[in-house]
Amino acid sequence: MPERVNIKQKVLSENDKFAAQIREALKEHKIPCLNLVSSPGSGKTSLLEHTLKHFKDKIKIAIIVGDVQTENDAVRLSDSGGKIIRPIITGGACHLDAKMINKVFENIDINEIDLLIIENVGNLVCPSSYDLGEDMKVVLISTTEGDDKPSKYPAMFRRSSVMVINKIDLLGMSNFELSKVKENALNINGNLQIIDTSCRTKEGLENWYKFLEQIIEDKKTILE
Amino acid sequence: MHELSIAESIVKTVIKEANKRNATEVYRIGLKIGELTDIVNDALEFGFQAIIPGTILENAKLNIENIPLVCLCKDCQKKHEVNRFLFICPDCGGRDLEIKSGNELDIVYIDLEYDDK
Repeated sequence: MPERVNIKQKVLSENDKFAAQIREALKEHKIPCLNLVSSPGSGKTSLLEHTLKHFKDKIKIAIIVGDVQTENDAVRLSDSGGKIIRPIITGGACHLDAKMINKVFENIDINEIDLLIIENVGNLVCPSSYDLGEDMKVVLISTTEGDDKPSKYPAMFRRSSVMVINKIDLLGMSNFELSKVKENALNINGNLQIIDTSCRTKEGLENWYKFLEQIIEDKKTILE
Repeated sequence: MHELSIAESIVKTVIKEANKRNATEVYRIGLKIGELTDIVNDALEFGFQAIIPGTILENAKLNIENIPLVCLCKDCQKKHEVNRFLFICPDCGGRDLEIKSGNELDIVYIDLEYDDK
């Protein structure tokens, strides 16, 4: 006898279970967590290199860095003074999931850090579906890309809280218009916070650092 | 191509549910997929077909219900469908919109077959 069974389950329930565990542990220790996403080559690793050099030991940052292949980015971050750098090689998968994060997260002494940043695989599609236990997604876009990228990848820009526009020293060298990318992004997400930076000239990086200091402060003062 | 990972998650969950009920075959899976999940039905079907041979889902069909993106405007309290991902209220121009549907990625039901014993 055939039978229909209503099971009403989220497809990503297993991922979400791991994400909830990570989020709970971070909440308990009042450690903020960012999930940094972008296309390949927007400057995620460069931004983090500067961040590590700027804060040195003042703010202890752990970074989980995902790539399809190689530990090159992890090496760059270690060379920039990063002490707690955990690479994840996905071996083909186009995104990180919470199970992968949980595996390396268990090996991070959470009492020793002020901030956790997850550098996701360079991809604006798939990572938007996977909750990694973060407080917020930060999406990076650079001026050598199309200024219509927010319109092309709406889910990612909708689900992000902050947009960093990198390589602003190159404005004028391409058809990328700063006002257009901002308009496109705000049409998808009116609450998006926007930070303009250049990792090459360091212009605007102070605003990024201020933002990081603020989220650390905010997490500490969240009421129990 | 995260549809393949999504298909794997579906197959894993459905096998667990079917085994729990001692079913011998799963012949249909009902899914709800929201517009904001960036999941393409054809790509999901393709990934699904690639991984089901040899499982009790071997002959299963996917019945996908696509859910449109609907938001509630916090300013004027009106609900509307979001067109072309423009999150701007068509009534009052408000931008503080709460997503009411469109994030779904759910297995709603499974149709099972049992041995007649």
